[in-house]
Amino acid sequence: MLTLSGIGVIVLGFLLRINALLVVAVAALVTGLAAGLDPVAVIAAFGKAFNDARYVSAIWLVLPVIGLLERFGLQERAKLLIGGIRAATVGRLLLAYFVIRQLTAAVGLNSVGGQAQTVRPLIAPMAEAAAERGGALTDSEREKVRAMAAGTENIALFFGEDIFLAIASILLIKGFLEANGILVSPLELSIWAIPTAVVALAVHGFRLMRFKPGAAK
Amino acid sequence: MITLSAVYALAGLMFAGVAVASLLDRANAQRGTTALFWAGLALSFLAGDRLGDLGNGLLVFVLVAIAGTGGLRSGQPATTSPDVRTASAVRHGNALFLPALIIPAAALLGTLLLKNSGWIDPKQATLISLGLGVILALLTTVIWLRPPATAPVQEARRLLDSIGWVAILPQMLAALGAVFALAGVGDIVGKLATDYLPLTTPFAAVVAYALGMALFTMVMGNAFAAFPVMTAAIGLPIVVTQFGGDVTVVAAIGMLSGFCGTLLTPMAANFNILPVALLDLKDRNAVIKAQAPTALIMLAANALLMYFLAFR
Repeated sequence: MLTLSGIGVIVLGFLLRINALLVVAVAALVTGLAAGLDPVAVIAAFGKAFNDARYVSAIWLVLPVIGLLERFGLQERAKLLIGGIRAATVGRLLLAYFVIRQLTAAVGLNSVGGQAQTVRPLIAPMAEAAAERGGALTDSEREKVRAMAAGTENIALFFGEDIFLAIASILLIKGFLEANGILVSPLELSIWAIPTAVVALAVHGFRLMRFKPGAAK
Repeated sequence: MITLSAVYALAGLMFAGVAVASLLDRANAQRGTTALFWAGLALSFLAGDRLGDLGNGLLVFVLVAIAGTGGLRSGQPATTSPDVRTASAVRHGNALFLPALIIPAAALLGTLLLKNSGWIDPKQATLISLGLGVILALLTTVIWLRPPATAPVQEARRLLDSIGWVAILPQMLAALGAVFALAGVGDIVGKLATDYLPLTTPFAAVVAYALGMALFTMVMGNAFAAFPVMTAAIGLPIVVTQFGGDVTVVAAIGMLSGFCGTLLTPMAANFNILPVALLDLKDRNAVIKAQAPTALIMLAANALLMYFLAFR
């Protein structure tokens, strides 16, 4: 039971709004110590895991390109483009992105989009421009539009990617079942991701079509 | 053959450039520690494999100490004003999108065409192709728009400054997951779930499994960590073996139930906290709040789908 104290540290740390890096480091230490490892071994285990997980931060490589293009007005151009399309409401725009994102993820093209690659430079400013066509946005409405753009990216990715049979999560399921003596093909698994993908499109699509920030005024 | 270490080296050089630029920025009251933070990250990317486990661990704790004591501050990298940007956007037109689209296009084409070429590590084809795309996009932009020589580094610093220490939070959480696994956290949670939950009907078992996947994913920040635990505790022994549910349906939709949890937790930092920093949002939970209605409906939908499809 003591091993779970790390989870307590995480929950408490997030509630008290302590620096999250500090909270994670302390949680790792506490968990390792509670499991009977000595402090040096815990630090070494965490260091190895951090080094092995560098691929997570490798995405920052796109920043020089995105930053450079922003310097030359990429976000402003995205707004100009959407501002000129009369049919572009924020709901329709995000729904179109949702469909494209779900389809690309479903054929294994996960990194075609992403928060750093597409949402910050293109989708969020486009969504803002589309929303502004309905009237000026307050700060909190602007924040809601950006957050919805980010959320739309996540939801489309999560409920699209499992349709692709060579994605990490499908291979993890296959590997886990195999270790338990059950042989399944990735195709059988990925087929059962389709109903959820369809429901996700309906649910989030419905929310997007009703998403009209700034329209009440 | 190009491997992932080439991508890491490239990222390491970028962080090193940001560290130097930070050190030279007199507008930043904490430029020494800010530079040290990015230099530490550069060291990890350039030489992480040669530091040893303990060396890497100590390096992480230095980064955490700097971030935890407020040593990481934003500088004032030279960039353009909003007026200049608007004028440039009008002048260059939609061609401005092209360099930005080179990166996803390269990731796509590289994954499809280079994967089995023998030139790149096939297991990391996408990430390596992404790196190649960045180089290509950078060259295109520099040749076309002729920014000052330091602009790529300064613009990267502008964005990294606005992201701050959140930049390494996803990697830290991935490392925490590994320590949790080492300590056996998952096995204990699985045992608690089976000991205290009433799993007497197929429907109750399905709901407990789907809900357990979502909740444990929220704690771990990652459905991949929750899946082996919850499936070994409830999914396989009870929903599949005891009640005879279809194992492919249960496993596939079980994972998707976990994804609903991913949409609801700050622990999934790269999806939920990182965009808060990238998009300059004031409310740290703004993205989670935008996702919550969809995530909760999807969790209920997944439980129902699993029940009706696994016991059809």
